[in-house]
Amino acid sequence: MSALSSDALSQAGAGLTARGWRVFGVWLAALLLVPTVADSYFLSVLTTLLWFAYLGQAWNVMMGFAGQLSLGHSLYVGLGAYSAAALFVHFGIGPWAGVWLGMLVAALAGAAIGVLGFRFRVRGVYFALLTIAFAELTRIGFSHISWLGGAGGLFLPVSQRVNNDLAGLRGTPAMFYYVILVLTLAALLLCRWLLGRRIGYYWQAIREDQEAAQALGIDVFRYKLAAVLISAAMTAVGGVFYAFFYNNLFPEQIFSLSRSIEIILDVLIGGIGTLFGPVFGGFVLTPLGELLTWSLDRAGINIPGAKQFVYGGVLVAIVIFLPDGIWPPLARRLGLTRASSDPVRSSEP
Amino acid sequence: MTNLLEVRGLTKSFRGLKAVADVSFAVPDGAIVALIGPNGAGKTTTFNLIAGAVAPNAGEVLLAGRRLSGLRPDRVCAAGIGRTFQIVRPFGDLSVEDNVLVGALHRRPHVESARAKARAVLELLGLKPLAGQRARSLTLPDRKRLEVAKALATEPRLLLLDEVMAGLRLTETDHMVSLLRDLNRRTRLTILLIEHVMRAVMKLSDRVVVLDHGEKIVEGSPQEVVVDPRVIECYLGAESVA
Repeated sequence: MSALSSDALSQAGAGLTARGWRVFGVWLAALLLVPTVADSYFLSVLTTLLWFAYLGQAWNVMMGFAGQLSLGHSLYVGLGAYSAAALFVHFGIGPWAGVWLGMLVAALAGAAIGVLGFRFRVRGVYFALLTIAFAELTRIGFSHISWLGGAGGLFLPVSQRVNNDLAGLRGTPAMFYYVILVLTLAALLLCRWLLGRRIGYYWQAIREDQEAAQALGIDVFRYKLAAVLISAAMTAVGGVFYAFFYNNLFPEQIFSLSRSIEIILDVLIGGIGTLFGPVFGGFVLTPLGELLTWSLDRAGINIPGAKQFVYGGVLVAIVIFLPDGIWPPLARRLGLTRASSDPVRSSEP
Repeated sequence: MTNLLEVRGLTKSFRGLKAVADVSFAVPDGAIVALIGPNGAGKTTTFNLIAGAVAPNAGEVLLAGRRLSGLRPDRVCAAGIGRTFQIVRPFGDLSVEDNVLVGALHRRPHVESARAKARAVLELLGLKPLAGQRARSLTLPDRKRLEVAKALATEPRLLLLDEVMAGLRLTETDHMVSLLRDLNRRTRLTILLIEHVMRAVMKLSDRVVVLDHGEKIVEGSPQEVVVDPRVIECYLGAESVA
């Protein structure tokens, strides 16, 4: 880290100060050590947290960086999950080979949406509706494909949960935890790298003003499509993880609109368009939900949907009071990032 | 002098209303040409037709003999035309420097090289002290300068400037005029500008094209144009000649 000048770091879209890097280091060390002390419940909560943070990071590429709103990201989760699971169930092909098929299938679906949307100038809300339509169509379609288990679901044989087999993605909760942690960090690095390159700046220009971007020589169609493809492929990897972690896939669940919304929550709360927002949002929202469940449990109260209700409330508060998300102002206040170094999407037109 | 830009019989109607009707003119290589006329004369539409933002109904645009009409705006930029927008369009959430960087990245795919170019352009336009600010926070005159900086950073052969002096104070106008003239002389940058500030038009342009109701009514040197009765009648008004 010290080899990079502060300038280079800022250009890479990270914008962390020395203090920010220290906090990041402590956070990372803590996450690495968690499995040595945590019980299995705590570990599963963290695994889910990181999974959503990872998906949020992937979604952020499309919306946060390139300004293309997708409300159908469950499509890519499901396609990734089903691709790898089908290869495994029917042909015994492992997840690390299946992930390539998953990424390819998701990218193809993304290409279909992108080409339809961007060629026919479907923008903003209408583009978002298109993404929902694709996810919903796929959900209904998959319920009728008996080769993939149809509506009754596709089940992966659960062999053992004692020995770690990383190649087969079979093993203990701790192994799955480390896998998703590595994926989340890799997504963070990838996004940081992308933001510091031409494509990252072009995406932001397109997000801010498409016509002005085009006047500066940017092939808007190509770069928007690239954002969709990268985001879809990244999301599909999360889907593969899901398939091998939970071992069961139901079209109703995995392609659901509510899943697409859930993917977005962390990013909205952390900060759309920021590098650390998705992960940070996860570390705000999940503990909040867990705390609520725990306290309701202790009080002996059983309110179905209480967690979702609180999530909704938090979201409304964020949208009204902190439209840039919690991370940008907080990180600046605590001196973790340099002023205005983190690319931020404002809600102003 | 050969012509860098040639506009031939350019025509564009919006819902039956002819915004630009059979307009032809040329911009010689290395020249500064001004496009003037009253509001609604079709100046900005002409710009949009040249820049590829709007497709013409008829006519063609040639840059150094190459046909541009029908190309997308990004292709027109690649061909060597940089443009500004009359209603400024900064990338609001990006810093001033990154705004210009986006333009510079067009000919320089590597960020370091593009950033060096962007900084040079910022320096040139006196925007260097504002480099780290968000574009959204700039005042209108600074936004106008940022528009020019973004377009310049794409390293065009022809620069289209749409009312970049509007809203500037007298000294700022003079500064912009000397800057553009300097650029034109040093780098042989060819400029086509839409301008209402006659002070700037007179000082800068080698030739003036006057549009009215979508048609070209007069073309000539600035001195010829300002005394032309047709121009005075439709645009300048009698008092401005003095």
